[in-house]
Amino acid sequence: MSYTKRKDNRGFDDFRKVEAKAGVIKNADGSAYFKIGNTIAYAAVYGPRELYPRFLQNPTKGILRCNYNMMPFSGMGERVRPGPSRRSKEISMVTQKALIPVLDLSEYPNAVVDVFIELTETDAGSRCAGICAASMALADAGLKMRDLVTAVSVGKVDDKVVVDLDYAEEAYEDGHVADIPIAYIPSTGEFSLLQMDGIISTDEFIEALTLAKKAMPRLYEIQKKALKEKYLLFHGNEEKGEKNE
Amino acid sequence: MSNDQKQHMIKSFKQGVRFDERGLEDFRKLTISCKPSKTAEGSAVVKLGDTEVIAGIKMMVGTPFPDRPEDGVIMVNAEFLPLASPDFESGPPGIDSIELSRVVDRGIRESHAMDLKKLCIKKGEKVWIVSIDICTLNDDGNLLDAAALAALAALKSTRFPGYDGEEVNYKELTDDKLPLAQEPIPVTVYKAGDVFFVDPTKEEQKNVDARLTITSLGDGNLCAMQKGGEQPFTLDEISKIVDLATKRSKDLRKEIDKL
Repeated sequence: MSYTKRKDNRGFDDFRKVEAKAGVIKNADGSAYFKIGNTIAYAAVYGPRELYPRFLQNPTKGILRCNYNMMPFSGMGERVRPGPSRRSKEISMVTQKALIPVLDLSEYPNAVVDVFIELTETDAGSRCAGICAASMALADAGLKMRDLVTAVSVGKVDDKVVVDLDYAEEAYEDGHVADIPIAYIPSTGEFSLLQMDGIISTDEFIEALTLAKKAMPRLYEIQKKALKEKYLLFHGNEEKGEKNE
Repeated sequence: MSNDQKQHMIKSFKQGVRFDERGLEDFRKLTISCKPSKTAEGSAVVKLGDTEVIAGIKMMVGTPFPDRPEDGVIMVNAEFLPLASPDFESGPPGIDSIELSRVVDRGIRESHAMDLKKLCIKKGEKVWIVSIDICTLNDDGNLLDAAALAALAALKSTRFPGYDGEEVNYKELTDDKLPLAQEPIPVTVYKAGDVFFVDPTKEEQKNVDARLTITSLGDGNLCAMQKGGEQPFTLDEISKIVDLATKRSKDLRKEIDKL
């Protein structure tokens, strides 16, 4: 058996079509929209603001709080019960860990920066889409950052190492599948999220990470462009703001 | 907002001046986009000025209530996501989102907007359960009207998933639409001091003394109401509110009819 062709004809090292926008939620201090294939994430940043209860405060620097949530109608099958689940709590936690290395919150003792990630539609890769949106929202909020964080899943479907698995690939039944969500800091070349489930050999795993490193710069450019575009639009130069493909 | 600001707002409103230069009886720009979420069987985003709400419909097969063995089930739930406002907090639904979902629910249920009998698959055993979930994206006032419009638009865009008698196939939607017989449209009229107005921004809404939501149908009949706020109304005021609400609902209905 061999996995020869992807559903949408993309190459094994290609991610799905990406659309990104910054400043999509007016009330927020920073916000972003990130769509990859049929997975859509919104992220909103509120803060730095005072943190209660007070025992959670850190007197030396601000803290980052992330909250990942799927809207009840955003699952591919049945309705997702609203409210936190074990899964969403874990994803919120790893998202926070993925973002914290690029953030400098030393100027905001006792404060909190809240990041709310909401999924309106999912087809795998939702935590990575959430991280991409969140890092753009943090930048949009004007927080001091060393870099953006860019994220995509890589993995293996049957005999092929691939980038950005969709749900059908994650559910592939005729061979081994591995799904490896990754977050990456382009300027340092470091990984800040790494999870895996599935079965993969050591060599293939390293190959997958290498493939991820190659795909990341293209995602990174889309994120940066969207952040800049907000200001192009602001000046009324709408015709100049091209869509990210 | 302080009391001074409130008095200032009321004084301006009496001269017909609003913060965003609208008339007291004008809505903000309404845009409705259908099917923003492909995982939902129906969905819609409604924007009223800077207020933005998304509603999604999920269809499931389940058992009917024992006292209504032939009726399908509809459920309305609203989430005031902390993403949408610094005033919303994570956690179980607060009283505002519960009230909103119940008002939207009554508008749909009491108008018999949906023929629940048509959602029956096998009497007493299997019926369709229609979950209407409303999530806020940005709160700039008048969430109630925006939410109810989003719910209605989402219901209109819904297609049944496949069903073979055993399992629901969410991957392929059929061409069958929900049995929508009525389209309940809500208009909330707000009162501050002795002025009446519709569709407040968040800033305006902070100064509201009372509100009355009137949900009406295409034939002019009324199907659900909810009074809110701490001030009472006189009969004359209520009659004035009903007139204003039914007038505005005709404009909103035109937008819903376009879908």
